Amino acid sequence: MYKIVRKDMLTPTICRMKVEAPRLASAAQPGQFLIVRADEQGERIPLTISDYDAEAGTVTIVTQKIGASTSEICSYEEGDSFADVVGPLGIPSDFTEKSAEELASKKYVFIAGGVGTAPVYPQVKWLHERGVAVDVIIGAKTKDLIIYKEEMESVCDNLYICTDDGSEGFKGLVTAMLEKLVNEDGKKYDQAIAIGPMIMMKFATLTCRKLELPVIVSLNTLMVDGTGMCGACRVTVGGKVRFACVEGPEFDGYLVDFDEAMRRQRMYCTEEREATEHHTCRIGRGK
Amino acid sequence: MANKIPRVPVREQDPKVRATNFEEVCYGYNAEEAQLEASRCLNCKNPRCVGACPVSVKIPTFINEVAAGNFARAAEIIAEDSSLPAICGRVCPQETQCEGSCILGVKGEPVAIGKLERFVADWSRENGGVKPVVAPANGHKVAVIGSGPAGLACASDLAKLGYKVTVFEALHRPGGVLEYGIPEFRLPKDKVVAAEIAAVKALGVTIETNVIAGRTVTIDRLMDDEGFDAVFIGSGAGLPRFMNIPGEHFNGVFSANEFLTRNNLMKAYRDDYDTPIHAGKKVVVVGGGNVAMDAARTALRLGAETTIVYRRTENELPARKEEVHHAKEEGIQFAMLTNPVEILGDENGWVCGVRCIRMELGEPDESGRRSPVEIPGSEFDIETETVIMSLGTSPNPLIARTTAGLETTRRGCIVADENGTTSRPGVFAGGDAVTGAATVILAMGAGRKAAAAIHEYIQNL
Repeated sequence: MYKIVRKDMLTPTICRMKVEAPRLASAAQPGQFLIVRADEQGERIPLTISDYDAEAGTVTIVTQKIGASTSEICSYEEGDSFADVVGPLGIPSDFTEKSAEELASKKYVFIAGGVGTAPVYPQVKWLHERGVAVDVIIGAKTKDLIIYKEEMESVCDNLYICTDDGSEGFKGLVTAMLEKLVNEDGKKYDQAIAIGPMIMMKFATLTCRKLELPVIVSLNTLMVDGTGMCGACRVTVGGKVRFACVEGPEFDGYLVDFDEAMRRQRMYCTEEREATEHHTCRIGRGK
Repeated sequence: MANKIPRVPVREQDPKVRATNFEEVCYGYNAEEAQLEASRCLNCKNPRCVGACPVSVKIPTFINEVAAGNFARAAEIIAEDSSLPAICGRVCPQETQCEGSCILGVKGEPVAIGKLERFVADWSRENGGVKPVVAPANGHKVAVIGSGPAGLACASDLAKLGYKVTVFEALHRPGGVLEYGIPEFRLPKDKVVAAEIAAVKALGVTIETNVIAGRTVTIDRLMDDEGFDAVFIGSGAGLPRFMNIPGEHFNGVFSANEFLTRNNLMKAYRDDYDTPIHAGKKVVVVGGGNVAMDAARTALRLGAETTIVYRRTENELPARKEEVHHAKEEGIQFAMLTNPVEILGDENGWVCGVRCIRMELGEPDESGRRSPVEIPGSEFDIETETVIMSLGTSPNPLIARTTAGLETTRRGCIVADENGTTSRPGVFAGGDAVTGAATVILAMGAGRKAAAAIHEYIQNL
């Protein structure tokens, strides 16, 4: 069993939990994810790893209540245990493979949206510990939904907050902030990494392309097993079929077919199902 | 005299009824039926059935005990060679193995060896099981990767020899394909799979779930830091294949692995589980193996009108005869000599049909089967909401990629000899991870051989 040793609510809908999972904690690296199954009847839910402590044998997960399963995960309290926690899954971030010299010459900018801020944290922390210069842009709808602000401040060079309503920091989207930093403030970056809702990563990629800035995105696709077995997570990257669980979750943003990925993500949404009942079939009419 | 008795038919759930539930199709023999069927065995001096069994179960010997009513003794005899008899009795392709070699089959019907094995295993389980015979602990540790048929067979044999065996399973329940792949109506999970795994644990085997070899732990770590003297890799062939035809990304196209895993491991068919599954009113399954039959019969039970599309003819279907027969009885449609060329979608990106082309059989290929050839201009559309791709699977590259010096073939299979010896000393492999997708019993056979080789390897350390 996987015991929750600490829980705090970061916002009314986002909770952070530190969970006992010793083998996972000692193997985890930045960019990887895990799967939680709350109880015997639960779904296998892929979640990002927002921190790990090999010595204490714990991993930290941040979950936003979106559907039934994520709400159930968030309803667990300190001292409760999840039925299953498995990982780390996916390939670690590209930069973990790079040499110290190579990293020292690079300047990174992270673009974090909503609950996607949590998995950005271990990546920034990892780079910071190796003396790499990192700026971070966090975007949220409103001030109350910003998470990991203090944690991020302690490990990055510059933190820029954006809110849709202007309740904190820059009023506007993360993409506008990035354009401002590069075009107006004269910031120079070698690599962008965008993690957040699929739609944000799509537009962040479009902006990066305009700025001629390479961008890596982390795809939160549907998954069942997370080990390459089911193929539910398949995405088209550079015209090729890739499995986000074993070949990702991080991919070159320029090459990702976001529209297809977003459509596939909604496979089991009831709204989507209702919509299909009114579809017009092209069958027999050719292409 | 004995062979004048016709093969005793086995009782099954009515096809119309079972098409709407997930209860087991076959009820199996009762004691009386089993004894009568067992009396048909000629007890050959040179039993060909034993040679045709990948784990060499002493078939006439156990059948003789069944005929005499000594069911417990029969179970002990089977247990010497098979750790999963209730499973094998249900899912082995007997018609090409033991029963296919039965001398009675030359002029008539072979002895129902599979059904007898199943009867003995079920009887034994319901009557306290076989008392485990385990050698004293020898102080050596062996790690087994994967708790499917290969891993369980290997673990059982090693535990009996006194090894301390830990099995590492990536999913949350042990059993591998027995748990995620084969449906409840063919292989009951709690009653049969869990019970046989419990029997393996009773030999002293530890099973650690939620451990992914190559991610959570590496082979090197197990050997260098955790003190395992040898490792057996029985990680199966879990990676699904797709056709790479246009439209395969539409919503409603699934691998058979995903569809079956949602339903079997994740119990999507049960109201008390949260797992969603999408079948719709019409389902097309592409492929002709046992997995295709399982996917089609699962879709049918979820309420869909289901068609199997296969590019060769019924004679070439790789599935067990019994599965094809059951599928037909239940009302699955078969579109033979038919191959998809494109998946059609609606404006919302959901599947609405499959464009297929008619095939004819041409010259025999290297496998000896006549290879299917497209008939130009014969394209036609089948309306469907769901397409399930059941085109076979290949081994997961995760372990090979994270284990230095472990040789693999071009197709991603681990290179191992017939005893499971790989290119890395102390690392053995067997089952689908080595051969590519095959059967439960072949994987068990490979697990057993590797267990013997591991024993020899450790003895000589």
